[in-house]
Amino acid sequence: MKDKRDLKIQAIEEGTVIDHIKAGQALNVLRILGISSGCKGTVSFVMNAPGSGGRKDVVKIEGRELNVAELNRIALISPKATINIIRDFEVVQKNMVVLPSYVEGVVRCTNSNCISNSSEPIKSKFSVLQSEDGVVTLRCLYCEHVISENIAENLL
Amino acid sequence: MKDFSREEIDHVLDTAEKLESVARGEEKSRLLDGKIVALLFFEPSTRTRLSFEAATQRLGGRILNLGSVEASSVMKGENLADTIRVISNYADLIVLRHPLDGSAQMASEFSTVPIINGGDGSVHHPTQTFLDLYTIRRESHLEGLKIAMAGDLKYGRTVHSLCHALSLYGAEMTFVSPPELRMPQEIVRDLEKKKIRVKETDSFEDIIGDVEVLYMTRVQRERFPDPEEYEKVKNRLKITGDLLKGADPSLKILHPLPRVNEIAPEVDSTPHACYFQQAFYGVPTRMALLALAMGVIE
Ligand SMILES: [Zn+2]
Repeated sequence: MKDKRDLKIQAIEEGTVIDHIKAGQALNVLRILGISSGCKGTVSFVMNAPGSGGRKDVVKIEGRELNVAELNRIALISPKATINIIRDFEVVQKNMVVLPSYVEGVVRCTNSNCISNSSEPIKSKFSVLQSEDGVVTLRCLYCEHVISENIAENLL
Repeated sequence: MKDFSREEIDHVLDTAEKLESVARGEEKSRLLDGKIVALLFFEPSTRTRLSFEAATQRLGGRILNLGSVEASSVMKGENLADTIRVISNYADLIVLRHPLDGSAQMASEFSTVPIINGGDGSVHHPTQTFLDLYTIRRESHLEGLKIAMAGDLKYGRTVHSLCHALSLYGAEMTFVSPPELRMPQEIVRDLEKKKIRVKETDSFEDIIGDVEVLYMTRVQRERFPDPEEYEKVKNRLKITGDLLKGADPSLKILHPLPRVNEIAPEVDSTPHACYFQQAFYGVPTRMALLALAMGVIE
């Protein structure tokens, strides 16, 4: 974290900082990570912070290093986000999120007639694709319905 | 249907052809001797069910018919996953028909025996597509076929999966429909990406002389809020003896049935009519799928 001015919130001792989140998506990032009100530990975020590439959101999760599989889900709603693992106030690891090829139990299928929206004991399953122009699309492995525009609105 | 490669489709169709004399009752088969096929139909579809029953019995197998599922006390309030786990203890294969999209995929995750999708929701009905392909292969040809599909192309799942399957063989496709019921544009784009020549029109007159197969589907009254509009469309998209005067002598007409009045009765006695053979071809096709799924044929 060389550019502390950019973050507008204090540096953390241990944990995870998710930077360059698409502006307005911070709450969805928390949701996709399953971080809710029942969560212990300090979670802070900035929305619409000015950054080098325009406005962005930043999320800091203290005392917790999230695993790669969890973090990569963020790419569904913010493919340019970066993950910074902090130990003793230092960034020990910095990575771009990587779009997973498959997600389970993260997004709801928008086809109301899909078996994954019924009371069956299954989780939604999608294969993830990205077009040349960067658009992320999800294809339901049950009904083959494709979601491309409103992934954030359909997070479980 | 998208899971099948051309080689796999050909293998199913080759197998169906080998079993055709058994399907006609000219030859006996004991391929499914000692096997039980469970027919689990959560919505009524008498034709599909009878066709599977005939296919099983022609191969010497037995049927466990669960009848109307709503009426069956075993299933009351039980989810499909549990029903499948129970039924897979009783049978060697389950044929599932269910109103929800993706239910066959889910069933295969819970079943210990093979599942054949007898139609789920509004998207998939793979055994229909196989029998359509088999009919085309037997009565015309698959490679580079000039085909017109007509009627309700927007909601008709049979035409959607047939388009995809035929694209594996190269084809020239003409879509004949009223503007309200046009083929979804993502399917058209998908076909064009695969170098399939696609033409769209709303009447038969200018295309009937230049197609080898005409695949007709029913236009449902419910699709039209205005009854007058429905009548107009219904009369414009009708195959009559007159229309067929301009057709190629080898033209074959297919229809998944039941028809309402989109094919005039006088067409039935022409060499173009193929829809009743098509219903028969459902039997050898389903025999092949049953035998392959149960591994009694490689
Ligand atoms: Zn779905």
